[in-house]
Amino acid sequence: MNTQQAPAIHVRDLKKSFKEVEVLRGVDFDVARGSIFALLGSNGAGKTTAIRILSTLLKADAGTVSVNGFDVVTQPAKVRESFSLTGQFAAVDEILSGRENLVLIAQLRHLDNPGAVADTLLERFGLTGAARRKVLTYSGGMRRRLDIAMSLIGNPPVIFLDEPTTGLDPEARIEVWQTVKELAGYGTTVLLTTQYLDEAEQLADRIAILHKGRIIVNGTLDELKKLLPPAKVEYVEKQPTLEDVFFALVGDDGKDGDADKSSNDASTTSNTK
Amino acid sequence: MTTHFFGDAAVLTGRSLKHVTRSIDTIITTAIVPIAMMLLFVYVFGGAINTGSDSYVGYLLPGILLITIASGISYTAFRLFTDMQAGIFERFQSMPIARSGVLWAHVLTSLIANLISLVIVVGVALLMGFRTGANVLDWLAVAGILLLFTLALTWIAVIPGLTAKTMGGASAFSYPLIFLPMISSAFVPTHTMPGPVRAFAEHQPVTSIVNAIRDLFTEQPVSSDIWTALAWCVGILMVAFAFSMVIYRRKIS
Repeated sequence: MNTQQAPAIHVRDLKKSFKEVEVLRGVDFDVARGSIFALLGSNGAGKTTAIRILSTLLKADAGTVSVNGFDVVTQPAKVRESFSLTGQFAAVDEILSGRENLVLIAQLRHLDNPGAVADTLLERFGLTGAARRKVLTYSGGMRRRLDIAMSLIGNPPVIFLDEPTTGLDPEARIEVWQTVKELAGYGTTVLLTTQYLDEAEQLADRIAILHKGRIIVNGTLDELKKLLPPAKVEYVEKQPTLEDVFFALVGDDGKDGDADKSSNDASTTSNTK
Repeated sequence: MTTHFFGDAAVLTGRSLKHVTRSIDTIITTAIVPIAMMLLFVYVFGGAINTGSDSYVGYLLPGILLITIASGISYTAFRLFTDMQAGIFERFQSMPIARSGVLWAHVLTSLIANLISLVIVVGVALLMGFRTGANVLDWLAVAGILLLFTLALTWIAVIPGLTAKTMGGASAFSYPLIFLPMISSAFVPTHTMPGPVRAFAEHQPVTSIVNAIRDLFTEQPVSSDIWTALAWCVGILMVAFAFSMVIYRRKIS
């Protein structure tokens, strides 16, 4: 299989317009296997359009896109076997329970023991206690965790996360970050879009800034920092950030290790009590 | 990919059937409006309506069954719309499954949910004194026509389900469909209506379908109505299916 050497995601000269509006005007980037790549951009920069083309939900006007070595136009079925999409809004079935959602996806991926797959993921994402409740009753963070858990079923080599933490509270956000780091630890390639600079900084091995339909820079965080004049030393009083204050007040109650810990044990982020 | 079509469609149908069984109110509301109309027409207006048949409930039932289907399919549009909004439709489309299975699951669910509502309505009609000497073959023919009618209207419902911008828009399309039996032979014989209304009533699909079902229930020899009825159902089905498929392809490409 020659797909092993190819980058996990390969995008060349990707163009897409909606009527007169040029959303993508020639986008190029590659994502190395097992890395986390962040597509950073403000609202309307074209991030979601790019993700939709990569996940075979939208056809490009021009350019070549391959995922896991398969072309999205000529081998869409192979592409769909290679990735999982976690869209901008948690794509879960509210009428079903958390466990039923997972079983459903496992069945659609034709796995042998859907029930066992579901139980393992419920455990890993700290949702065991809520497993049999309707998703309608879940909090935003729980939905997002379930959403990501659904994406992991069948161990796809590539995961697309479209603004995974938009609309989440700070605690849920850190939980998602830990999950993403953990994924990359297992060798999954992660392409995430975000409008939060700190999210890209926290997670990504490489960051590309998408602006007005073009990638204007693409590099590691250090490379990006070098683009600006060297840091000069200034004396600034260290104020606590609002995040520090928030967590000091809300307290940790034995969960939610901080984001820098990059723990490999997702059960520490368990939300079930 | 197509090798999994039936398995995937079955799994997805199981899922949307759970939506139906967990909101039993959708089946009850589907059945309650036609039942209320049946009660109203039989016990309030019925005495003043002269249809030339002995039992007004028997005369009325075919039209009431069509109204049941017309209100039932608005939930199909609603369920499809909810899937589109929730993003779960896109999740399914981005998975290695038989993609059209997502749509077929909704269609199958619509058939099953409407069948349940129809059985409830027929049950109430029986309690209200509806009797028929129809044999198994007649019943099968009635079921066949109703099934075809449901299928045709379901594919109509798929169109607003896929395209609606708001919840109201997704289900509002069914109101005219519920109203159509009013201007047909469903409640009163068409010959009592003034010229233009009568012309409309006699040439719209509901009248032929109602007449065909009524003939079957009253053990009359089926007239050409049944062929007109079938032609309408198949015609609507093909046009609605073609439209839905064009819209669906546009959505997923």
